[in-house]
Amino acid sequence: MKSKDKILDYILLVLFIGVIIITVYPFLNVLAISLNDPIDTMRNINFIFPRKFTFSNYTYVFKENNLIKPFMMSVVRTLLGTLAGVISTSMVAYVLSRRDFYFNKVFTMLFVVTMYVSGGLVPEYLLLTRDLKLGNNFLVYILPGLIWVYNIVLMRSFIDGLPIALQEAARIDGANDFIIWARIVLPLCKPVLATVALFVAVGQWNSFMDTYLYARDMPTLQYVLYEIMEKATIKVDPHAADQVANAVSPLSVRMAITIIATLPILIVYPFLQRYFVGGMTVGAVKD
Amino acid sequence: MKVGKQKKEKVIRQKFSTKLMWKQRYLLLMSVPFVIWLIIFKYVPLWGWTMAFQEVKPKTFALPFWEREFVGLENFKKAFTDRLFGQTMINTVGISILGIVIGTVMAILFALMLNEICFSRFKKVTQTVSYLPHFVSWVVIASIAKMVLNDGGMLDTLLGKNLKLMSTNSVLFWFVVCIINVWKEVGWDAIVYLSAMAGIDQGLYEAAKVDGANRLQRIWHITLPGIKPTVVVLLIMSIGGALNVGMERQMLLSNGIVQDHAMVLSWFAYIRGIGSNNYGLGTAIGMFQSLVGIALLLIANKVAGWLGESRLL
Repeated sequence: MKSKDKILDYILLVLFIGVIIITVYPFLNVLAISLNDPIDTMRNINFIFPRKFTFSNYTYVFKENNLIKPFMMSVVRTLLGTLAGVISTSMVAYVLSRRDFYFNKVFTMLFVVTMYVSGGLVPEYLLLTRDLKLGNNFLVYILPGLIWVYNIVLMRSFIDGLPIALQEAARIDGANDFIIWARIVLPLCKPVLATVALFVAVGQWNSFMDTYLYARDMPTLQYVLYEIMEKATIKVDPHAADQVANAVSPLSVRMAITIIATLPILIVYPFLQRYFVGGMTVGAVKD
Repeated sequence: MKVGKQKKEKVIRQKFSTKLMWKQRYLLLMSVPFVIWLIIFKYVPLWGWTMAFQEVKPKTFALPFWEREFVGLENFKKAFTDRLFGQTMINTVGISILGIVIGTVMAILFALMLNEICFSRFKKVTQTVSYLPHFVSWVVIASIAKMVLNDGGMLDTLLGKNLKLMSTNSVLFWFVVCIINVWKEVGWDAIVYLSAMAGIDQGLYEAAKVDGANRLQRIWHITLPGIKPTVVVLLIMSIGGALNVGMERQMLLSNGIVQDHAMVLSWFAYIRGIGSNNYGLGTAIGMFQSLVGIALLLIANKVAGWLGESRLL
């Protein structure tokens, strides 16, 4: 019996190494292609160390594709969107954690309902482009997705777990509810704030559909990558099946942009993953 | 002062009064703007459902709601008789079911593996690596997936033959989508199961060991029953979302050749509603998707109740 269990351990070890390879290999491959000489790449695309090392793909991308502007757009929307999102979410979460607030039940319900029903794509599109005229307006990156109700739930359950005595002491000292939120609750919420900020920031950085639907004149990095991918795909009639699906084209350039679009996440990821996971399990327990 | 009694269990029902409103003015200031935001961005689109019963084109959209032409269920009829509708429904349901089955099984397997492995250092590394693709955008994933899977891509060169994974117009594409999805999400999805496994009473394992149960028997008789409530809750939720196959993923991973098997309801609503400017029709398709989703959620919840399982609602 013992030896059988030991064998299982080693089978697991092998399986895990397999999982790691399957996950990491494509990323390394992309990185290697982006750092390899484009002509050399056409010989064989299967490698994880650049054979002929060069930065030319990156310089080309920034010069020819005008990547500076989309890059800045992505950065700015991520920073502003995250800031606005975290402040709004924490305010609402604090107010909804106050069970003595007269409208607590009503407001909570209003927010929670939207987790289950939504108007759908077309009414939303019409609201944003026709009624609010937010098409090709920077606000379309910030306003519609300002608050995720899931994050409110996450944060409120964290605030519920804080000792109430601190808030009461501050109140006796004459602090109003706004001061209590800003000075007492927020500093105590740091872990959950970090989690929410990361969720929102990743969402902002990775967001593609809002550019595609509402703001094609203000492309972000993700959208530029999409456009290049579309160009690489030969448009074919869906019914004329056996044409080649793709890619005669500058694979190296695409891979360079892929790396640029992923890099910020890769950089912050190792440091912050415990917050991600922390947030995930907080939510799981509360649900 | 009421604050002293702010215990979650016994909240005193307060009478509405201007005095109370004044006392809670900061709370009002901190929430009312966001409630207004909520109404504009979430409830106004819900009101937009009324368009499903009207003939709404770009020109008539500007008219006030009561002056547009009401057409009853005409838009729904049009949607259901659309030449794309049948295949779209089949794709949506097929991709969903496949995704739920493969996704759940793989996530549970992966969580079991993580739970069982005894090299704890190695476990951490694997976990960290496995979450990573979850945080990468679908555009990037699609870019990588196409590099790997396209004709003559990395996988083809590795295996030395043309698998035609991205250029076969058949149900194969469903599998391709679902497997890419598993690759992206399996580590992340496993977290919930893993934390459920951590909650299982360790005494049970000790007792089973004493009784001579081997590892696989312990997994089968203790771990799996232990996470069953979690699995049921997550299944109910994913059944509720069965028709909500995201348009983003489908659009990014597909190409002209496989389009027939990539089309899903949300994409269909976009093409008909915004692509061909028939707002009423697009809204009707979206509304159908939403309502069926809620119905499925309630049904799954009921069924779980009958089977004596934990329920979501």
